[in-house]
Amino acid sequence: MKVSEKDVAYVADLANLELTAQERDGMLRDLNSILDYIDLLNELDTSNVPPMAQVSTHEHANQDKQHSSPFDASREDILEGLRPSLPQDVALANAPDADGTFFRVPKVIER
Amino acid sequence: MDLHTLTIHATRTAIQERKTTAFALAEACYARIQKEDGQIGAFLTLSKDRALEQADRIDRMAAEGKPLPPLGGVPVAIKDVMVTRGVRSTAGSKILDNFIPPYDCTAVARLESAGALILGKTNCDEFAMGSSNENSGFHPVHNPRDLSRVPGGSSGGSAAAVAADMVVAALGSDTGGSIRQPASFCGVVGLMPTYGRVSRYGLIAFASSLDHIGPLTKTVGDAALMLRTIAGRDPMDATSADVPVPDYVAELEKPVRGLKIGVAKEYFGEGLDDEVRQAVESAIDKLKSLGCEIIPVSLPHTRYAIPTYYLIATAEASANLARYDGVRYGHRAHNVKTLPEMYRRSRDEGFGAEVKRRIMLGTYALSAGYYDAYYLKAQKVRTLLTQDFKEAFRTVDAIVTPTAPTAAFRLGEKSNDPLAMYLADIYTVTADLVGIPGISVPCGETKEKLPIGLQILGKHFDEATILRVAHGYEQAA
Repeated sequence: MKVSEKDVAYVADLANLELTAQERDGMLRDLNSILDYIDLLNELDTSNVPPMAQVSTHEHANQDKQHSSPFDASREDILEGLRPSLPQDVALANAPDADGTFFRVPKVIER
Repeated sequence: MDLHTLTIHATRTAIQERKTTAFALAEACYARIQKEDGQIGAFLTLSKDRALEQADRIDRMAAEGKPLPPLGGVPVAIKDVMVTRGVRSTAGSKILDNFIPPYDCTAVARLESAGALILGKTNCDEFAMGSSNENSGFHPVHNPRDLSRVPGGSSGGSAAAVAADMVVAALGSDTGGSIRQPASFCGVVGLMPTYGRVSRYGLIAFASSLDHIGPLTKTVGDAALMLRTIAGRDPMDATSADVPVPDYVAELEKPVRGLKIGVAKEYFGEGLDDEVRQAVESAIDKLKSLGCEIIPVSLPHTRYAIPTYYLIATAEASANLARYDGVRYGHRAHNVKTLPEMYRRSRDEGFGAEVKRRIMLGTYALSAGYYDAYYLKAQKVRTLLTQDFKEAFRTVDAIVTPTAPTAAFRLGEKSNDPLAMYLADIYTVTADLVGIPGISVPCGETKEKLPIGLQILGKHFDEATILRVAHGYEQAA
């Protein structure tokens, strides 16, 4: 078993999920079976392979090496037109609880 | 007008020539939805006011003899993971049950600017996580071709709406196969463009390095037209590519003779249903008869794609779904005394089981002590998969595979075994990981009359070639 009940509780805490006892049991089973399957990746020696977080960091098969990546996310420091911000009332429109200015939430209590 | 035979071109022409009106067509679609959707479950929200206002606008243009825009009067449906201003958008989740977005997804805005009527928002697996549309927070979708079976997922609602002639075209999203696989199961065309070809602005994020928006249509020609309309750089999405958009429609009629088509043995091995194999092999023979050169290729790391995908996608999802905390929008739990309790209970109440499972897996894979063994390892295997395709594309122009290992399975058949469900994505996930485009076209049926899909994969930004192959096949089949 890769994952223990303690691990499930710890991860649920990190993920801000309050799981019921039944959900925790199911999660223990599912996570273990999935992680066992994922062990397949250990068949591969990747010690000299660079990681790839997203498509844009690699040149493409059919791209001329002289052209820069089409995903160049940086741009000239010129505003592409000043767009208006979302008006406050619109921003608050979906709030479960608001006072017209702020989103209202329960008190944060220090543990 | 026969809703079954309407293509985008036929629709626009009929309205321009005043053989019908956009209004009448929209009403006919809504009548069909009213009649059939109780059994199918494709739609979550209908946007009648918006659609009929647009229809009036288009009809006025036609009455004045003005040329209609390219999608003038064409009824379309939008998967509920794409936001639509003023129209409820849920991502298929109860956690967003009452969410009314203040802006439009760029792809939706572009369709509307081109004259399309947005009829409504389609059902999907919650936050696009699923391969059967059984994970919707609301109700499952039934395959119009056989109501006891799944339409595929996660864009099951969009695929079903097109297959059931409720709309002429739809938008879906694809992260691990979610456009192509439901297209295959429902017998329609589904196109996933190159990563970055279409802006993701307004697409409720599942996995940011894997998400794509793309069309589901009745014909390849319609998919080309939809792509031409929605593709292109968007300043609101920094990952949208600054690559010119070719006229995909003009490129379609180029002959396929001489194109080199790769067939990878790893996609025809164990687990592939015999009827699917036969249909796909016949399709390959058909391509050969059209003058394509069939070349064997190898994609040796194929078997590692699913574990790689389920680490990267879940890790990214755990980060993307952290925003659903009951503070600014969406479900907030009642009777909570502290802020942490509010976060935890809102999320536990609002999210379905599969979403929680994936958040947990992703969080685990990123947590201290496990990051290297899981997430980083998966990123390295992603590089190996990319190298496989790079190598293969040195000798071929496109690669054909089955879209899915089977035809549509029955509702409930795989829903108790998450791993079995994940394995259904085996032929589609690699394209998402590598960022290349892929299209699924119908290529036959099983003995039980269930649709089978042929997948064509292409080089980055070479949608023109895969559309050309798909179109050539479609015309000849």
